[in-house]
Amino acid sequence: MLSEIGTLFVLISTLLSFFLIFFSTKEIREKSVYPSKKIRNFSLLQFIFTNLSFIVLLVGYIASDFSLVNVYENSHTTKPLFYKISGVWGNHEGSLLLWINILVLFSFLFLIKNHTIDKKFQLLTLIFQNMLIIGFFIFLITISNPFSKIFPVPQEGLGLNPILQDPALAIHPPLLYLGFVGSSIYFSLALASLICKFDGKNFANVTKPWILFSWFFQTLGILVGSIWAYYELGWGGYWFWDPVENSSLIPWFLMTALLHSILVLEKRGSLYLWVITLSILTFTMSVTGTFLVRSGILNSVHTFANDPSRGLYLLIFLSIMIFSSLYVFYKFAPKEKVEFKPFSKEFFILINNWFMIFFLITVLIGTIYPIFLEIIANEKISVGPPYYNTILAPFVIPLLFLMSYGPQANWLVSKPAEIKKLVTVLFLSVCLIIIFIYFTNQKNILINLILISSIYLIFQTFLDLLKNLGKKNFSFYSSIFSHLGFGLLIFFISLNSIFSIEHDFNIKIGEKRKLGNLEITLQDLKIYPEKNYKKFVGNLMVFYNKNNSIEFLNPEIRIYNQPKTITYEASIKSNVLSDTYVTMSNISKSDFYNIKFQKKPFMNLIWFSTILIAFGGFIRILERRTK
Amino acid sequence: MKKTTLGITVVVVSFIILVFYYGLNTEKIYDTEDLVGKPIPKIDLKLLNESKNFNTEELSKNNFTLINFFASWCGPCRKEHKHLINLSKNKNIKIFGINLKDEKSQANKFLNKLGNPYYLIASDHDGKKAVHFGVFGIPETILIDNDLNIIKKYIGPIDDLDVKKILKLVGK
Repeated sequence: MLSEIGTLFVLISTLLSFFLIFFSTKEIREKSVYPSKKIRNFSLLQFIFTNLSFIVLLVGYIASDFSLVNVYENSHTTKPLFYKISGVWGNHEGSLLLWINILVLFSFLFLIKNHTIDKKFQLLTLIFQNMLIIGFFIFLITISNPFSKIFPVPQEGLGLNPILQDPALAIHPPLLYLGFVGSSIYFSLALASLICKFDGKNFANVTKPWILFSWFFQTLGILVGSIWAYYELGWGGYWFWDPVENSSLIPWFLMTALLHSILVLEKRGSLYLWVITLSILTFTMSVTGTFLVRSGILNSVHTFANDPSRGLYLLIFLSIMIFSSLYVFYKFAPKEKVEFKPFSKEFFILINNWFMIFFLITVLIGTIYPIFLEIIANEKISVGPPYYNTILAPFVIPLLFLMSYGPQANWLVSKPAEIKKLVTVLFLSVCLIIIFIYFTNQKNILINLILISSIYLIFQTFLDLLKNLGKKNFSFYSSIFSHLGFGLLIFFISLNSIFSIEHDFNIKIGEKRKLGNLEITLQDLKIYPEKNYKKFVGNLMVFYNKNNSIEFLNPEIRIYNQPKTITYEASIKSNVLSDTYVTMSNISKSDFYNIKFQKKPFMNLIWFSTILIAFGGFIRILERRTK
Repeated sequence: MKKTTLGITVVVVSFIILVFYYGLNTEKIYDTEDLVGKPIPKIDLKLLNESKNFNTEELSKNNFTLINFFASWCGPCRKEHKHLINLSKNKNIKIFGINLKDEKSQANKFLNKLGNPYYLIASDHDGKKAVHFGVFGIPETILIDNDLNIIKKYIGPIDDLDVKKILKLVGK
């Protein structure tokens, strides 16, 4: 029953997209000033029906209706309610439905928010947005239908992959999709703007909130994904340069570039074509990422089920998107002259953009290079952290320096740097690092330079904040918070990489190990039956000789019933300054347990810094609302 | 946009899309179980303690070969080592070690301490070749016959029971 209802709702929504395109095309030629009520009503109906289709799937999960293949494959009656709900988007088909829901939501919100702007621009945007919606609906209906039926109806489901049963992962996809899919609206806006020769400044005004909105959620989505990886994957790392992580980072670079260059367009009416290009590229890259992740073309820890037909569809869709955008750009792009004075705000913003594009290209090449090599030279490789660290790290240094100066620069005028202040702050930063080197004997030049530049940025931003306290508007605080957050993030990541400690050893129950300044004892192991898994909890005592303190940790080995899987749950004692991170795994058919003991400094501060970056964006969203 | 810019962009984008298209159709070795029954890929590696290259054909001289991926840093490898030593006493089977992502000195220290069950050891220093065998974690062990076909794969450390099964397979 649910299958028929769900499919019906999806079909109605698809049909409404066709209606919207048809009537919008018709109304563009009419003489009215604004789009008719009919358009808004269709859009509202589409929003309602798409939502309903999602609710139908949700009901399928909550009621454990295994007549739906999707529910059968990804859920189980014994699963806690929270994970039954998050299971809806924990798989390819369900997450695609969520993706479409967000596409439709944005299409609807756009119409509500911008009903007074130029009619042709409005309707063209709506047409492009609905073309995207139709593309994804066809994908859903033909090869990714979450409402497919199974007969005879199974008594029990197969269960959700245990590593996906985590609160962070429950909210990670929706956040990230708000970012990814949010970029669809400025893709449509950019194409519409080119065709109807919309004014650059007005385009910036309409587009800016959507960029802010998607950037904010993309940042949070990446953060939550990292936190999940840290807590759940059990390796103690938080960023692995995994292709899937990269696919979320690539649009983030573009959004960050856009966030800055749109200001130039808004204030100076300059960089119009560049902003348009970035707007088109962001959503194109989001879909490329989706293609890479869902086609199984890349090998990654979180690749979805491998299905070439899905890959082929997405590739065709992506090609149509790219070539039609290229055509529109070629046909309609106006000629533009760009002139900037050095050391003006727009000059710094342009530099920021070049840095972002450089980072983007580096990460993109690292991500797709293995595919090219395999096809062309038949060689299999995977590109790991050394590549990214070697290429990206040196460029972070000038970026940090420039970031400190950008917010202080003025529009239009070329203002020379305040040499005295600059040198003083630089001198202070260098002094601090020399003291640091003296105490820690840390001789890696690159890391020391990164530390100097991040401290420099932190100091400068603080000074800026103190100097202008209460004087300036929201947008000033917004950039200050984001830049401060970025400085702190790089600072803490560097310290974390220097001071992380790791011990890997095998131990029997009751045994004690001495490792430098600490002693670790595996006191006992207890077994607890839970609702859908059995857990073995180790009781580990860590004694620190230095300050005679004791810490107890309880890493778990979980054996899930459905699907039969073993996972290793890290035990983490988290403090402001340092985390103790322990994972335990069994060595089959032996009395030994493998313990991985890690000290990870400043983890909470790394999360905090990222929140601060996002907070900067949030302030700017607030600013627009209060206006 | 100039015509040349457009032309270059179209060519580059088309090339990328074409590679993606072919990428979709290449077979990927993900499930190591699928490898059973298939011949092993060519092993293009240097020997650990000699400057010679290893020749894959050499394995066809043995009745059966057990290819064992190990490393000094791998805890479970230590655990299975005594079973490999036991197996190495059987004349019908030779054990070929592939030392994965390891330092030569560390690997030799490991073998001096625990004994050397291998008749030959090759070094896969950066772990690139292991991928061809569908090896993602170690220890992993692959039993092949003299036609170089894979008979069985063992993921994780082998134990008493596995040793018995291997001996049965090689027809002790």
